[in-house]
Order: sequence, then structure tokens, then C-alpha cells
Amino acid sequence: MTFQLIINIIIGIVWMFLSESYTFVSFLCGFAVGVFLLYLLNRFIPDSFYFRYVNAIMYLIYLFAKELILANIEVLKWVYKPKLDMQPGIIALPIDLKKNWEITLLANLITLTPGTLSVDISRDQRYIYIHAIDLPDVNDTIMGIKETFEKAIREVT
Amino acid sequence: MKETVISLFLIAGTFFILSGTIGVLRFPDVYSRLHAATKSATLGVSGVLIATFLYFLFDMGIFSGKLILGIIFVLLTAPVGGHMISRAAYRSGVPLWEKTAYNQLEEKEKKDGQL
Repeated sequence: MTFQLIINIIIGIVWMFLSESYTFVSFLCGFAVGVFLLYLLNRFIPDSFYFRYVNAIMYLIYLFAKELILANIEVLKWVYKPKLDMQPGIIALPIDLKKNWEITLLANLITLTPGTLSVDISRDQRYIYIHAIDLPDVNDTIMGIKETFEKAIREVT
Repeated sequence: MKETVISLFLIAGTFFILSGTIGVLRFPDVYSRLHAATKSATLGVSGVLIATFLYFLFDMGIFSGKLILGIIFVLLTAPVGGHMISRAAYRSGVPLWEKTAYNQLEEKEKKDGQL
């Protein structure tokens, strides 16, 4: 993965020199050409094609943008509702992720998604405590987060 | 056409910021206020920055990386800030709203003594 990324960046820089324009845009063009070349020559380079990871990351970003917009609409609903009859609560979400950065990413994603806010992480890193603004069904909320985000994060690693 | 797209982004962004502010004023406790603050601020600021980015790109032909970086950093820092504020609030004993239905964190704390 690292090896392929370095090759790709080198191709981008070489492209920049060849086209004699030292701008970010021409670097991006070169980078795109590099991705194409790496895809063609995939069989001769060690490791699998690293854009598989990029695909997973792209999916994560797409998911995240979608959830962020949904989250805002949800908050809007609560802000402009005349009566504050929501039912907030703090729930414990069991997590299967192991690495620190994965847990950080999950906690950040939880904060920016509909109706949830990560409050604390247990010391043994097996639970994230989430404050949810409206809790009709605890298990539904937990399953929703586990199905979408944890799966997507696991794809990346 | 260009103006329409840019204005749409600007209006959406400012609208989200405005509703976030109203939410901060209306919601009952720290935790629900943070919901309004973190989410709407993120999307609102991103909307305004995207509008600025498009304006620079279309009207002046400048690809402004700074604005993209701005969006990325807002996305990175807003949830961390929200998490730290809520954690600090919980640790220093800020009470939850009286209508709060569940508190599994408290149950766990009681069981284990301390987190």
C-alpha cells in the first residue's frame, strides 16, 4: 500500500515536471494518470491494488456526508418543534473495533450523525457511551450504528 | 446558473447556523444543546465554505485549497470538541434533563465503582 502510494506520488511529480506547470491541478492530473497506470500494471507490482482501500474510504465519506445532512434535518425538526417532548438518554454501545484510531473515528462519526453524541468511552475500550436526543427504541439505535458505521470502518482496515 | 448554485449553498449554510443557534437557546440541557451546536455548525460552515470555493472557482478560476482544508478541519474538530465538552460536563456532574429516559453510563458507574 505504502509502496504503491509512493510510486503514485512520484508519477504525479514527474507529470508536473513534464508538463512544466508546477501547480496543484497538474499534480492532480499526474496523480490520476498514476492511478490509471497502477491499475493497468497491477499484476507486476506487489500487493493488491491500493485503490480498493480508497474505494472503501470513499464509501465511508459518502455515508458520512449523507448521515450528516440527515442529522441536521433531524436537529432542525427538534429545534422548530413547538413542544419539547423528546426522550433523551445515555446508552452504552458495545464496540468490536480494536485500534485506537478506529475508535476515535467511530466516536467522531457518531457525534456527527442523527441524534447521537458520544459522551464517554469506557476504560477497557469496549463501550462507547452515547447521548441520544430521542430514544424510541434503544436496540434499533444500537443496531443502526453497528450496521452502518462499524461495518464501513472495518472495510477500510 | 452559477449564482443560483452559490446562493443556494450560502442560504442553506446560514440557515443551518441560524437553526443551530436557536437550538442552543431552546434545548433543555448541555447534552442536547451540544447536538445542535456540533451538527449544525459543521454543516453550516461547510455550506458557506463550499459556496466561497465555488465562487472562486467559477468567477476567478482559482482552485482554492485553503477552503477545502477549512472544511476538513471543521469536520475534524467539531466532533472532538463536542465529545470533550460533554465528557467534561458529565465528569463534573452537570445534571441531565429530568425527562431523560435511560442512563446506562450511570448504571455502569455504580456497578464498577468508577469508570
